[in-house]
This record gives sequence, C-alpha cells and structure tokens, in this order.
Amino acid sequence: MNEVKPTSPWKPSAKDKLRELVTFFGSMVASFTLVAVTELKGKLAYFVSFVFIYAAISAIYSFRRYGKATAKDSAVKVFIACGALLTIIPIASILQTIISKGYKGIRPNLFLSDMSMATPTDPLTNGGLLHAIVGTIIMIGGALILSVPIGILTALYLTEIKGRFTQPIRFLVQAMSGVPSIVAGLFILSAVVYPITKSSSGFMGSLALSILMIPTVARTSEEVLGLIPQDLREAGTALGGTQWRTVAMIVLPAAKSGLMTAVILGIARIAGETAPLLLLTGGGDRLNFNPFDDPMGSLPFYIWKSFLAGSEEAVTRAWAGLLVLVVVILILFVSARILSTRKVAR
Amino acid sequence: MTKAPAPREITTQPRRSDRIFRRIVTGGGLSSLGILGLITLFLGYRGYEIIASEGLSFITSSDWTVSYDENGNVTDSQFGLAAMLIGTILSAIVAVVVAVPVSVAMALYLNFYSPHALKKYLIAVIDMMAAFPSILFGIWGFLVLMPSAEYWGKLLNKYLGFIPIFEVNPYIFTRSPFIAGMVLAIMIIPIITSVSREVFSQTPLDRIQAAYALGATRWSMIKAVVIPYGKSGVIGGAMLGLGRAMGETVAVYTVLNIVFQINFKILLGAGGNVASLIILRFGEANLFEIKALMAAGLVLFGLTLVINAFAAVIVRRTGSSGR
Repeated sequence: MNEVKPTSPWKPSAKDKLRELVTFFGSMVASFTLVAVTELKGKLAYFVSFVFIYAAISAIYSFRRYGKATAKDSAVKVFIACGALLTIIPIASILQTIISKGYKGIRPNLFLSDMSMATPTDPLTNGGLLHAIVGTIIMIGGALILSVPIGILTALYLTEIKGRFTQPIRFLVQAMSGVPSIVAGLFILSAVVYPITKSSSGFMGSLALSILMIPTVARTSEEVLGLIPQDLREAGTALGGTQWRTVAMIVLPAAKSGLMTAVILGIARIAGETAPLLLLTGGGDRLNFNPFDDPMGSLPFYIWKSFLAGSEEAVTRAWAGLLVLVVVILILFVSARILSTRKVAR
Repeated sequence: MTKAPAPREITTQPRRSDRIFRRIVTGGGLSSLGILGLITLFLGYRGYEIIASEGLSFITSSDWTVSYDENGNVTDSQFGLAAMLIGTILSAIVAVVVAVPVSVAMALYLNFYSPHALKKYLIAVIDMMAAFPSILFGIWGFLVLMPSAEYWGKLLNKYLGFIPIFEVNPYIFTRSPFIAGMVLAIMIIPIITSVSREVFSQTPLDRIQAAYALGATRWSMIKAVVIPYGKSGVIGGAMLGLGRAMGETVAVYTVLNIVFQINFKILLGAGGNVASLIILRFGEANLFEIKALMAAGLVLFGLTLVINAFAAVIVRRTGSSGR
C-alpha cells in the first residue's frame, strides 16, 4: 500500500514565496528607475511609485493566473498593507527622534538638580528636571487619590447595581472622556482658583487631571468587572453574604490586577497632559514638595517652557524631558499590559 | 452546648449595610453627571457677561481686541470666535479625512491580513501611540513633520491649486491648518483604528464563512460583509477622533499660526483654533479677557460634547445597518 502524504495546498509554496520576493524587489528597482528617469523626486515619490508598481505587478500576475476578482483582491491587499505601514511610520519616526535628540541631554545632574539656579541658555551641565519629576509624581498622586475611588465606584454602579441610571451614566462617562483637557483646566480655574485659592498650586493641577482620569479608570474598570464570572457573585450571595460583602470580599479582590491595569492606564493618560497644567500650576523652577502652596513644576510644563525658550540647550533639555516622560509612560504601559494578561484571578 | 444563632428574618429588603453601599456607589456613579454639570455651570457663570454683551456676534464675528486706558481699565472690547471656530473645524476635518482611510486600512489589516504573530505587537504599538502625550506630537510635528508637510502642501497647491480651498495667496505655507490637520491626523489614528478594529472583529463569523463558501476573495468578502457591518462603527470612531482633534491644544499651538481672520484656504499659513487661542491669550489676559476665554471654553466644551454624544450613539448602533 502506498502511503498518502498529507499536503497543505493552502500554504504558499517555496515558488510562491520566491515570486513574492522577486515582485517586491522588482517593484523597488522599478520605483527607483522611475524616480531617476522622470522628474519626480523625494521620499514621497519613491513610496507612492513603489506602492502603485507593486500593486500593479501583483494584480497583473493574479489576473493572468486566476482572473479579474483575484486581481482586484491582490491589488487591494497591497494598498491595505501600505495603510498599515503609514500608521507605523510616524510612530517609528517619533521614537527615533526622541531617542536621537533626547539622549544628549540625559546626564546625571538632570536627575539631581532643579532649574532654580539655571537659565534656559545655560549649558546642560547646569540645572536639571528633578523639580519637574517630583511635581509630576505629586500631581499624579493627588489625581489618583481623587479619581480612582470615583472611577471604580462608577464602574461598580454600572456592573453591580445596574440601576435605572445605568444607560445615562455610561453615556455621560463616554461624553466626559471627550472633554478637552483645556476645558478641564478652565473649569478648575473658574470653580476653584478664582473663588477660593486665588493662586496656582500643584493641587489645582491634580484636580484638573482627575477630571481627565476618571473616565479612563471608569471605563477600563467596567470592562474588567464585567469579566468577573457571575457565578462568583451568586456564590457570595448563596453563602449569605450581603451585596456589600460580596463586592468587597469577592468581586474586587478577583478583579485586582485588572483594576490595577485601569489605574495604570489612567496614569498613562494624564502623565503627559500639558494644557491644564499651563493654566493652573504656575510651573515653578524650584523643587517644591507642597502641593497646596507655591507654583509647582511638572515634566510637561518643563518641556513646554524649554521648547518655547528656543535656544539650542533649551531645546535639547526639552527633548531630554520628553525622553524621560515617554520612558515613564512606556514603563506604565508595559506593566499595564503584563498585569492585564493575567486578567481574572479565580 | 452552644445555642444556635437566632434565625434571621427573611426579607427581600436590602440590609442596612447594603443600603449604605448602594447609596455610596450610586453617588459615585452620578459624579460624572455632577462634574459635567458643574463645568457647564461655572464656565457659563464666568462667561455669561461676555456672551450676553456680545450676543450672537460672539460666534459670528472674528475680532478679538481689548483696549485699555492708562489705569488698566477696559475701554473697548470685541470678542468674536468665528475665525477660531472655523479654523478648529477645518483642521479637525483635514485630520479626519487623512486619518480615516489609513485607520480603516490598518484595522482591516489587523483583522484579516496580518500574520498572527505580528498582530499582537501591532495592536500593542497602536495602543502605545494612543498614550503618547500631546506635547510630544506637538514638538515632533513642529521639528520633523512640518518641513515635509509643507512640501506636501506645495505639491497639493501645484497640482490641485485650481480648487478654491487649495489656493494659497500670499505664498505662505508654514504653520497652515493643513499642517495642524496632519499632526492631528497622526494623533487620532490610534483612536479610529481601535474603534474600527473592534467593530470589524465583531463581524459574525457565519457571514464571513458564507461569503467565502460562495467563492468570494478576501476583498470581495470584506466589501460585501465586513464594511456594511462595521460602517456605522467606523463613522462613530471617526467622530470620536473629530471630537478629540477639536479639543487638542498643545499640539496645535506649536504648528499653527493663529490669525483673527476667517480663512477657508487650508494650505495658507493662517488659521485659528479655540483651544490654542485660550493658551495664547491666557498669559497676558486680565480678568476681563479671561471671562471671554471662559466663554470660548464653554463653546468648545459644547461643541465636543455634541460630537461625542453623536459618536457614542452611532457606535452603539453598530451592526444594525449590516444585512
């Protein structure tokens, strides 16, 4: 009896792969020649001509082999892949720019001193962003204290109580996530700074940031709490627990890592928020640990100020600050992803 | 022998602890209503005087001048937001027009084309991009994107200059609404992509398989099944992006030349933006002008709120339009 070997005809064969490769490099060469021969020039011309030539070659091949519908399919595939590429290009460019421009400004004194004794045009060996880092941490801390309880309570209302306000609240949280950050700043300015405190301080920044943070925390927590199996709640009730005990002892602990994710995403949302801080915090250059008094610096404010100062050293400072800020956000982001892959502890 | 505890009363009434719990949670839940209400109230209260004295011309005229006598008292003032509002809408529309095709392509790629291993990383990268601070986009846009975008603007003007909105006169391309729109487009691509990806991935599998079984290619399947199903979701995502683009402050401020003149020519280096106006004027404004800025903030707030509300309604209706 002769054995029948299993085949997988849907997989691209070596010949297909080779053809793909040849098409790819062929179109690359063709686009180079096109740019060299005609009066088109620049990166844009290379990109556009490459995409069109690649699409045309794939389409012609498919048309000859399979027919019209497949030709269209392969041409569209090229355009869709090119759309995906267009999304990646700016990210790559942004990361490359921050790293290449920011690393020059990263030196030990950056993390050890503030700007109170340095002007923007000073060499980079003078001054640093310690005050900005401290200020950002304090403001985020303040925003956390205010917004995490409210955010999680909102999520609990949407998942546990499900009262008659569920739909309106879900809608309002959505609407709140679209509040422009500058409006949050103006609101705190009009509601707290002018009538009550009459001066800018770090805490005012925290208030504005928490308005921006609540929707993120609430929506992510709602998703996480929705993933908790209904059995757990029923088990809690069956054991004679009140709803309060069930939520506090079973639902919330089970959702712990997910709620952490929600909090971290909230922090990542506000860490780089600039506009409200420009209105509310005063942006001091001196190290300040008191959020209720005196202007307080922050990373976004520091970056903004250095960027507007315009001198070469100042712009390098701004990039260094951006690098620090982005690294912080990336760390937060990665830890949120790691936590969220564990999703629900049973 | 210990006595068994007295049997509890059987009742459907929640216990006292539960009543308190429910009340606190409901209170927390209603806080979003409270905050939105307070924002309207306070901005309205501060800006009321300006809106009342300017009347309709607050949104139809485009003069923004305050003059003082030697004691610093306001002698004459005109506040009109028309140029700023039109500029805001213009650059936001440019952003959406540029971002939607790219985002839809990315969402389709993620759902139907990308290799499985790549998909996870691409999603992570896009989510990460959504978390980038706006000041980063602003500075990157100013230093890196603007030179290229200016060149693209010149190309558009050269080949499509006969269309009125692509006219440029005088010949200034720097810091135009088009460039601001490009920066905003890059900022809103992650939002539109993730909403579209979400709705595309909800396409019922049986419809997809039915299309394939009838001999559809991947693209004809997408055209016949996925797009009709996800259309309203994509529109909702685009509107979310539009709302975000309108409220953006810092990124626009760095790349836009703010001029108090209505300008529909998107390539010309003169535009307006409500949020950036607030930052621009805030530093030197006195209390009277700040009231006007509060009123401007109220208008911006109302605008984004309406757009977001529409977006939320449309996204929720996803799937009802597909067959």
